[in-house]
Amino acid sequence: MAAVRAHVSLRATGAVARRQFVSRVSRYVLLAASLVGIIVLAYLTYDTLNTGASRLSWDFLNSYPSRFAERAGLRSSILGSAWVMGVTVLLAFPVAIGTAIWIEEFAPKNWLVTAVKLNLANLAGVPSIIYGILGLTIFVRFADLGPSIMAGALTLALMIIPMTVIAAEEAIKQVPQSIRDASLAVGATHWQTVRSHVLPEAMPGIMTGIILAISRAAGETAALIMIGAFTFIAFDNTSVKDDFTTVPIQIYNWTIRPSQQGFQVNASAAIIVLMGAVLTLNLLAALIRERFRRE
Amino acid sequence: MLTRAEFEDPNLLALALRRRPLRRSGEFVIVGLLTLCAAISLLTTALITYVLVSEAATFFQEVSFREFFLDTEWQPLFKPVSFGIWELVAGTANVVFWSMVMALPLGLATAIYLSEYAAPRTRRLLKPMLEALAGVPTVVFAYFAINVITLEVLMPALETVGVDLPVFNSFAASLMLAVMILPTIASISEDAMASVPRDLREAAYGLGSTRLEVAWRVVVPAALSGIVASVLLAIARVVGETMIVAIAAGSTPNLTLSPFETIQTMTGFMLQVGLGDARRGTTDYQSLFAVGMMLFMITLLFNVAATLLVRRFREEYE
Repeated sequence: MAAVRAHVSLRATGAVARRQFVSRVSRYVLLAASLVGIIVLAYLTYDTLNTGASRLSWDFLNSYPSRFAERAGLRSSILGSAWVMGVTVLLAFPVAIGTAIWIEEFAPKNWLVTAVKLNLANLAGVPSIIYGILGLTIFVRFADLGPSIMAGALTLALMIIPMTVIAAEEAIKQVPQSIRDASLAVGATHWQTVRSHVLPEAMPGIMTGIILAISRAAGETAALIMIGAFTFIAFDNTSVKDDFTTVPIQIYNWTIRPSQQGFQVNASAAIIVLMGAVLTLNLLAALIRERFRRE
Repeated sequence: MLTRAEFEDPNLLALALRRRPLRRSGEFVIVGLLTLCAAISLLTTALITYVLVSEAATFFQEVSFREFFLDTEWQPLFKPVSFGIWELVAGTANVVFWSMVMALPLGLATAIYLSEYAAPRTRRLLKPMLEALAGVPTVVFAYFAINVITLEVLMPALETVGVDLPVFNSFAASLMLAVMILPTIASISEDAMASVPRDLREAAYGLGSTRLEVAWRVVVPAALSGIVASVLLAIARVVGETMIVAIAAGSTPNLTLSPFETIQTMTGFMLQVGLGDARRGTTDYQSLFAVGMMLFMITLLFNVAATLLVRRFREEYE
């Protein structure tokens, strides 16, 4: 009689094998699902470049809008965007940092600071078109600024302050308490400590938040249309009292034209310009975050 | 001032200085300025509320609450005018529903993959790409919704099966809205999953669970409050999004949940008024503020619900 050899195997059989198989397959299904968004983004990028790249030229960047697609360009909208962004940053930056410092360093620990924080979280979720209505009623009409660069910048500043404050608060919170203690112990006052030690330490985080907020404002369309910036501008902006248009508004304007007039190519080319700017800002924010990452 | 005891013990000194930092006489001015900065955010909320309420009040002098909430037709620009908000709310509900149908499975799958499956290297590669999606201006998505999704993909595809898709339809808008909110759902859900304690996973593995079973039956239920919060925030963003729906979904109020019809959302109507030259004081112009108030309250509701949910369940496993 031949010896019986026992086979001992750890390989699962039956129901267990089935469960393990399903689990192994799930990895690829989930990976595929994760890639859908990225594939869509890649396809859209390809499509835009394909349609719009040939239209990109110095002439396109340097021409005013026009009734004729091949003569129209981005000059006034790029200048308008630059003006509005610049003024928005000047208005929002100090207020946002001031609010964050007050909340983290000077606020009495009571209901007031809770209310301010809750209020900021809710303001960050208010749709941009509501800020547009606010700007239209208060800045354009009540303060009589008209649909000017100043009115647009004030509107966008109110819109980006909440998200900037939240980012700045996080950055200030990350500064180790020992740095404050050391400064206070050698006789620095509260404000000296904040100005010379807390703020410099928190600056990379604050900058990241501000750059992301600028990129959000740079792409904003609805709020500016609401305040009346959907206009034909064929001159260079020279003051904050000027009417203006911006690159996203110009994209909107070209997108809604009937497709046979050739404006879609202009819209694609303008999208390349806008996305280039926005992605550069996002990349910059990511680089600052990586460079100053606190362990 | 510091007491002698506090001055002599370094620990007490640190505590005392943290609690009562030294101050120079002029610094109250600085603290006052900082408080003023913080007051601006409170003022913003007050102004938004004031503008919406006072201007909507003018509207409701002309149009009764009864008509606004019970009529089912929204036709402010042509006679006979009628102001029944539900057609616009239905338009918004339409894109919310279809964008969630698309974004929820994908967003959840992405979160599960990133949190439970992906190697650190894959994660470092995938996350920034997803975040890039979050940075795309919505007017760009809007351009794609109409020029690529509707005109190049959907209309030719549906024509072969004999379905006539209108140029402006809620499907293309919902698809782009889904892409827009994918990063919101994925990253907030992933954060929630990452904070589920390791012990729970190890206990499940110890009982012989597979990776999928651990992810789906242990991690997802444990992170459910965060996942639901991410969905609520995403809904609030879709409700408030303007450009995609205004450009791709059309401007015909329509009481339907069908994705293949032309609709108008609340934000779409507001933009239409903003673009037009309706004169201040006319009822159709004032309706902007009534719709705006409705929009404001709906987004506020979803945002507050998300905040409360996260706060209520945050420390469950600590």
